[in-house]
Amino acid sequence: MATADPASVEDIADGLAQVGYLPGESTALVSFLATKLGKPVLVEGPAGVGKTELAKALARLLDRTLVRLQCYEGLDEAKALYEWNYRKQLLRIQTESEAAGWQEVQDDIFGEEFLLARPLMTAIASPDPVVLLVDEIDKTDQEFEAMLLELLSDFQISIPELGRIEARTQPVVLLTSNNTRELTEALKRRCLYLWLDYPDLEHELQIVRLHTPELDAQVARKLVDVIHRVRELDLKKPPSIAESIDWARTLVLLGATDIDQTTFQQTMSVILKHRTDLDTVASRVGVMLDPAADAA
Amino acid sequence: MPPEGFAGQLLGFAEELREEGVAVGTSEILDAVQVLEHVSWTEQEDFKEGLAATLAKSPEDRRIFELVFDRFFFRATEAEAARQRITEETSGGDGATEINLDTLRAQIAAALRDGSEGAMRDLARLAIAAFGQGQGSGVLGVDVQRIRRALGLRAEPQPELPPDDPRRDGTPREQLRRFEAHLRRELERAMIERTAALPPKRPLSELDRALPSGPIQDLAAVHRVVAQLKRRLATEGHEARGRKRHAHVDVRRTMRASLETGGVPITLKYRPQRPRRPEIFVLCDVSTSVTSASTFFLSVLHALHDAFRKLRSFVFIERISEVTDVFERERDFQAASQAISRDAGVADISGYTDYGRVWEEFLALIEDELHPRATVIVLGDARTNGRPPRDDIFAAITARAGRTFWLNPEPRLYWNYGDSVIAAYEKHCVAFECWRTDQLEEFVKVLSRDRAGA
Repeated sequence: MATADPASVEDIADGLAQVGYLPGESTALVSFLATKLGKPVLVEGPAGVGKTELAKALARLLDRTLVRLQCYEGLDEAKALYEWNYRKQLLRIQTESEAAGWQEVQDDIFGEEFLLARPLMTAIASPDPVVLLVDEIDKTDQEFEAMLLELLSDFQISIPELGRIEARTQPVVLLTSNNTRELTEALKRRCLYLWLDYPDLEHELQIVRLHTPELDAQVARKLVDVIHRVRELDLKKPPSIAESIDWARTLVLLGATDIDQTTFQQTMSVILKHRTDLDTVASRVGVMLDPAADAA
Repeated sequence: MPPEGFAGQLLGFAEELREEGVAVGTSEILDAVQVLEHVSWTEQEDFKEGLAATLAKSPEDRRIFELVFDRFFFRATEAEAARQRITEETSGGDGATEINLDTLRAQIAAALRDGSEGAMRDLARLAIAAFGQGQGSGVLGVDVQRIRRALGLRAEPQPELPPDDPRRDGTPREQLRRFEAHLRRELERAMIERTAALPPKRPLSELDRALPSGPIQDLAAVHRVVAQLKRRLATEGHEARGRKRHAHVDVRRTMRASLETGGVPITLKYRPQRPRRPEIFVLCDVSTSVTSASTFFLSVLHALHDAFRKLRSFVFIERISEVTDVFERERDFQAASQAISRDAGVADISGYTDYGRVWEEFLALIEDELHPRATVIVLGDARTNGRPPRDDIFAAITARAGRTFWLNPEPRLYWNYGDSVIAAYEKHCVAFECWRTDQLEEFVKVLSRDRAGA
């Protein structure tokens, strides 16, 4: 199933669909370009539109290992790139302190043996090509972004004591961002840009059908329709694609044959995670479902 | 003159993007060329997406990219057609007289409802042939609106029409906008054919750039912006902390970190610098001309309240009234604005803003609380309705407060026209125009960043 190198945009679109990810037109194209040009891709969009999922699907499609770096406030080089294994170095010094000279020990303790590889380093040094996912890059500070630049443009890491470590293989790099802060120009310049938004009705219907084939076609259409209506409201957190799928699964479990007001009331909490949102939706969308329930 | 050929066209396109404010670097153009090696330029959708992935790197840039892309390639094809003297068969002449106007109206309305792009384009041509010929004003926008009216297309429901008429429930606004775009394009095409020359290129207006729904009106969009703003403000604080790292050594954390190196404190840990939170007094005009902007602004400030040490808000028309507790109680924007109009009691007799009296009352109310670390923000259009502006009292307020900002919800173009006296107040404070969300964001940044005077 996994192809080594997709030959065209259609190939990658079909391939992604096979591994359970239905890409939009631009998604397939940019993924294709990423494998061809070897440039990192910056994926932006609201939460829950499948940014992380895209990286996972690409890893499955290309049959590569996924190396994931989850970003957070205060993430630093030691946790992202590499770290010297102090304890091992100390041990080394203590065991040999009598016999060896200073130069020898110094050369020795800064060798690859004493290096603890963190995700970015792992991705670079891996003998097999990997997919590197830098998740939620907007959560880190600008210093960290600057540090990424060398990695993203040349696929190499400079370690003062060791020299440069260059990538043995070309990783496919995806960076995701929820657009909570403006990323630096320098970073954007080095990336291809992909904006993922909530899919349109038909597309989301396909996604829901793909993940819950057991759900009745009529119900699925209505579900997606309701989700779209809910997203139009002023909510703290609009339902994501993952939540539509969860909702579809819930309905399958409950054996619902139609989304009427009662089913909606009971299962609403699957797609809405704020109390105020629940109230808003109940008063705006829930009411609209009423006549449909009567007709059924 | 740009170089000829494909690369030349691409450079020309990038140049147009730059003119519209999209920062396109040389490396990005190189990327675009590289992309085009892998994407066939005959596939319009792929071609466009490929260019967008390399040239437009934010949602806003993407919007501008779409507009410029359409404009650029439309003009490029038309220029080529005009050069080679290719004209299209016009459906005018004897064909136009046979069109039944009522059938055409119904057809167009149906196509709009179903939203089929191809049909819309054809019908736009027919409509121009039927309603546009001979009496064109020469101004595209005017002609477009005239044809739309002649077709009886409106966004509002039209209950007087027969029930089977698709226009009865009103045409969706989005479809209407797209049909108008088709009309405009076809009219432009016809004009280029007549004159065999390209009209001067029209730069994108603010209206084109803004989101289709208009961000200030669309509350959901506004709240999303505010949520983002909040997170951005949180990270901006970090930046400031990063620069001032000379601060104090955190002994506890340094000792703990030294455990890794056998008790030798190799890495020093610093105590983070906490951003100083300003004290804020907000004064908002809630007279009918600016009421929506004011309530919106107040709810934004209160959404951000944890960024400030103290926040007191007042609304005014002729008198002044404190509404801090309304916003503390009400998280919902609509409920808050209702509560204000119900309880505040700020209108006296005329219902027109009286700035002079407002300054007087404000000064009397919180004179003792104003100090150099306080920030005063006034939101209003500075339209005094002919009453004295009393900028001397305003000056007294600004002298006591550390910083004073004025937010004017009117575009700068209208300032100091009519009864607007913003110039008198601007002498004593910093004035911002604030009628788009990005301007508001800019202001909140200034507010939280510039702590020099705080």
